[in-house]
Amino acid sequence: METLPTSIRYVRTEESPTTAPPVSTGGAMGWLKVNLFATPRDTVLTIVTFLFLLWIIPPIIDWAFISAVWTGESRDACIGPGTGACWAFVEAKFGQFIYGRYPIEERWRVNLSGLLLIAGLVPIAIPSVPYKRENALYLLVVFPVLAFILLTGQFGLEPVETPLWGGLLVTLVVAIVGIVVSFPLGILLALGRRSEMPIVKMFSVIFIEFWRGVPLITVLFMSSVMLPLFLPDGVTFDKLLRALIGVALFSSAYMAEVIRGGLQAIPKGQYEAANAMALTFWQGTRLVIMPQALKLVIPGIVNTFIGLFKDTSLVLIIGLFDLLGIVQQNMNDPNWISPATPATGFVFAAFVFFIFCFGMSRYSAYMERRLDTGHKR
Amino acid sequence: MAHQEGVVADADDSGRVSLMNDPKARGLVFQVLLIIFVLFLVYSGVTNAIDNLARAGIASGLGFFGERAGFDIGQSFIPYTNDSTYLRAFFVGLLNTMVVAIIGIFFATIIGFIVGLARLSKNYLVQKFATVYVETLRNIPLLLQLLFWYKAVLSILPSPRQVGLEPGAEVVFSLNNRGLYMPRIVPEAGASLILYAVIIAIVAWVFIGRWARKRQMATGQQFPVFLTGLGLIIVLPLLAYLVTGMPLSLEYASLQGFNMVDGWVVQPEFMALLLGLSLYTASFIAEIVRAGILAVSHGQSEAAFALGIRPNLTSRLVIVPQAMRVIIPPLTSQYLNLTKNSSLAVAIGYPDLVSIFGGTVLNQTGQAVEVISITMLVYLTLSLLTSAFMNWFNSSVALVER
Amino acid sequence: MKKKILSAVVGVAAVAGMGATAASAATLDDVKAKGFVQCGVSTGLAGFSAPNDAGDWSGIDVDLCRGVAAAVFGDASAVKFSPLSAKERFTALQSGEIDVLSRNTTWTMSRDTQLGLNFAGVNYYDGQGFMVRKSLGVNSALQLSGASVCVQTGTTTELNLTDYFKANDMTYNPVVFEKLEEVNAAYDANRCDVYTTDQSGLYSIRLGLSAPDEHMVLPEVISKEPLGPVVRQGDDQWFNIVKWVHFAMLNAEEMGVTSENVDEMANSTDPNVMRLLGKEGTFGDSIGVSNDWAYNVIKEVGNYGEVFERNVGASTPLAIGRGVNALWSKGGLQYAPPIR
Repeated sequence: METLPTSIRYVRTEESPTTAPPVSTGGAMGWLKVNLFATPRDTVLTIVTFLFLLWIIPPIIDWAFISAVWTGESRDACIGPGTGACWAFVEAKFGQFIYGRYPIEERWRVNLSGLLLIAGLVPIAIPSVPYKRENALYLLVVFPVLAFILLTGQFGLEPVETPLWGGLLVTLVVAIVGIVVSFPLGILLALGRRSEMPIVKMFSVIFIEFWRGVPLITVLFMSSVMLPLFLPDGVTFDKLLRALIGVALFSSAYMAEVIRGGLQAIPKGQYEAANAMALTFWQGTRLVIMPQALKLVIPGIVNTFIGLFKDTSLVLIIGLFDLLGIVQQNMNDPNWISPATPATGFVFAAFVFFIFCFGMSRYSAYMERRLDTGHKR
Repeated sequence: MAHQEGVVADADDSGRVSLMNDPKARGLVFQVLLIIFVLFLVYSGVTNAIDNLARAGIASGLGFFGERAGFDIGQSFIPYTNDSTYLRAFFVGLLNTMVVAIIGIFFATIIGFIVGLARLSKNYLVQKFATVYVETLRNIPLLLQLLFWYKAVLSILPSPRQVGLEPGAEVVFSLNNRGLYMPRIVPEAGASLILYAVIIAIVAWVFIGRWARKRQMATGQQFPVFLTGLGLIIVLPLLAYLVTGMPLSLEYASLQGFNMVDGWVVQPEFMALLLGLSLYTASFIAEIVRAGILAVSHGQSEAAFALGIRPNLTSRLVIVPQAMRVIIPPLTSQYLNLTKNSSLAVAIGYPDLVSIFGGTVLNQTGQAVEVISITMLVYLTLSLLTSAFMNWFNSSVALVER
Repeated sequence: MKKKILSAVVGVAAVAGMGATAASAATLDDVKAKGFVQCGVSTGLAGFSAPNDAGDWSGIDVDLCRGVAAAVFGDASAVKFSPLSAKERFTALQSGEIDVLSRNTTWTMSRDTQLGLNFAGVNYYDGQGFMVRKSLGVNSALQLSGASVCVQTGTTTELNLTDYFKANDMTYNPVVFEKLEEVNAAYDANRCDVYTTDQSGLYSIRLGLSAPDEHMVLPEVISKEPLGPVVRQGDDQWFNIVKWVHFAMLNAEEMGVTSENVDEMANSTDPNVMRLLGKEGTFGDSIGVSNDWAYNVIKEVGNYGEVFERNVGASTPLAIGRGVNALWSKGGLQYAPPIR
């Protein structure tokens, strides 16, 4: 084989440098082109959205930060042309927004209850932490009893009347009591609705459809104005407790539907297997069906809780001072009334609700993804 | 107890399964107990209520419906004065609730679909904007939003005097903090023909649609149903209007004294309620729409493209019909929620059912039991009707399997 | 029988301490047994019943309840307050949730006769009035035709308003709210031209507006609004206590007995004062409380004049004059039967 002379032989020994992609597809320009200006219609949409954002965002930033009043002792600080948010108002009333009129020297009890709650919630929310069953028992039984003792003042603690409760405390009490009570009730109703006993099924269906068909506000009116007339002579309920009863019945109907969804998703074979093992109905439900069904509906339960948490704000209409109620009441404090006060109060309340609800919805989405993988084959 | 033991012993003697362990027998006993318990609850509740009402000397019964109401209502779609009866006041409230619910559902659906599609947009800015919209509005209580919108509507809009209207002068359109004022169409003699023309146009539209579908099934030829229908609905009433000698006149609003009078007015409470309800519910509908569209598999649109169908037609003929099946059931419950949530009107002074009937009427008559029960029954009925309608609609778009 | 079973069920469900309380027919025994008076008040109306940031209530209505507590227990602080909306107030009293309702409640015939209630007196004579912006240039309620009117539901106000406009052949556009806070906010945002409620309320509300000086209360009083404490019908003993606490405060003012000089006056030889302060007769026993009941009321709460001045009088931001609420001997309507 004849070899070519070296002079005309050309073999490249190193890789040629990669050329940059064309300007139109790479880098910032490319990103812009693909994501913002792909078609003429996109271009128009982008420009319209951008102009809209330009119109609303700078005033919001100006209102919330630049022109805002951060410190002050009274409305005088927040009155004046061009004043933005009156954060001094929130600062001055912060204690009330959280605890309502709970006596200041007793507020440690609210804080302790909060810590007890967090101590139960954090481990149950993290899937890898063991002892889920014990943990759930703590949250559903032990914690409510402890919190009840602490908050109302039993066993030698100074009693604190519920009319003094308010703010975030009431919001959380209503939402948590609602969910804790509605959980077992919801399971019973969901089982009842799928029961083969016609009467049980009928009552469950009527109960569920009734509470789901009426607005919460009428339920609250019912519990505040109508319920006292249905009780025996002389028996009266605390106003907060009446609202709690209404909220618990209301949310148990929604909870029942969520759990029923989980029950329906369990293949028939599981029921048959439980029967074949000679488990009784309750054993089968407790050991085979519920553990699977409840795991499936965790996102649904969290979503119900988010709905309930937001709905607690309705109790202000019957004169309980939840977070929104106490914010609204304080807006009328002659010492703080100013054009900026209401908006500031609403934004603060919205922010607190948002933090809670958004956090929970993220968690729900995370659990949904996590649970999803288990079913992929 | 003794009786039960006796039964068990008998059963054992006869060699059959013990009644204690017979699921049917146990079910029966359990159900009877349940009935007794529920009847007992109802009975003691009712007797307590009767006792309490009698002792307190509170009137009961529905007789109050025929009495003179004696209060005024800010917005009414049927003639109402303070001399009308409580029954009429009840209907005014019911109508106000239904109007805000229906219009709210309309806007929430439109906004929800737009935002839902925007969340799937490839346009970064549009998609992010839609996401922020959904996440913000969904996670803030509706009541707070309503209070905010009401406050915002009132503080942004000027008072009628600040607008600089001349007292007495007629204005075509005015937006101030007493409401949105527009001319009112006043029908004169012969105007009913125009209404009939509209009805005829709608009926014709439906029939043309059916005919066109049949023809397309048979021949494959398409017919521009939408444009034809639109034409009909504009041309027919217009013809009727001209033929009957233009029997409609406009009544303009004008500033007189403190307020605008005449004309057609949308009150600020209504605006705030509608705004709050639509935007809030739209954020949920957007998520439903997004989930529905994502539920349609990629293969469907790819198949459509492979057949050479253009993107617009693909989404209209292939994606949307399939997505609708996933969308409709949850959409129904959002409609129900919106209807129920309209009761929050009571917080911002819109005279809906809860505000008029559960509020003023309850306070004037003092008959809490009757008034609250009726209010709840009305909402229950509305809910059941809406879900019945949506179930019917759902079955009409459901997958027809062979 | 069955009711008892239900109450037992209900009681168990309620868990001790958080609420379920059983009241017997005799309110006084019940109050003595639990150790405090449960008093229904408004959710916040300055001068009548309003809480401060620490949750301590003050106002004319509040002081009446404290007076009742002083008469029963000799301790004006043995009282607990339940804030109630206009809608809830009668149900709360009827069902026994509260012992006395002292919540600027108008005494009307239907309320007195049809709701199972008794009005124990009039601690403030009021009348419905109108408040407008000064910039409207209105100086009489008769010029208000066509106005938008903000009003709270659940009150006699709503009906008086209708009647007044109807009688004067005027029109108006009502904007009705459930809660006082919402009415205030809407009026302050210029949603309405006119705010109507009891005149005392108007003065109190004006203070809470963003610019109080821009508003004025019109001179017309369109209704009679005698406001007073309410108790359940059928318990005369309790009814008498509440009624006579109010009368004792009026009598004390008439005799010049104040919280400051009550100890000196206890040595007075005026038989009227002696009867009032329990030095003569057994008037306390006859209503079921100790004989120095009125002494306690005056010592701990003060006479009517003091209460008025402290809560709504010239020295307060409300600056309401005595007007018709002056003693009968000074040209007003406040008149108490003698203790004798």
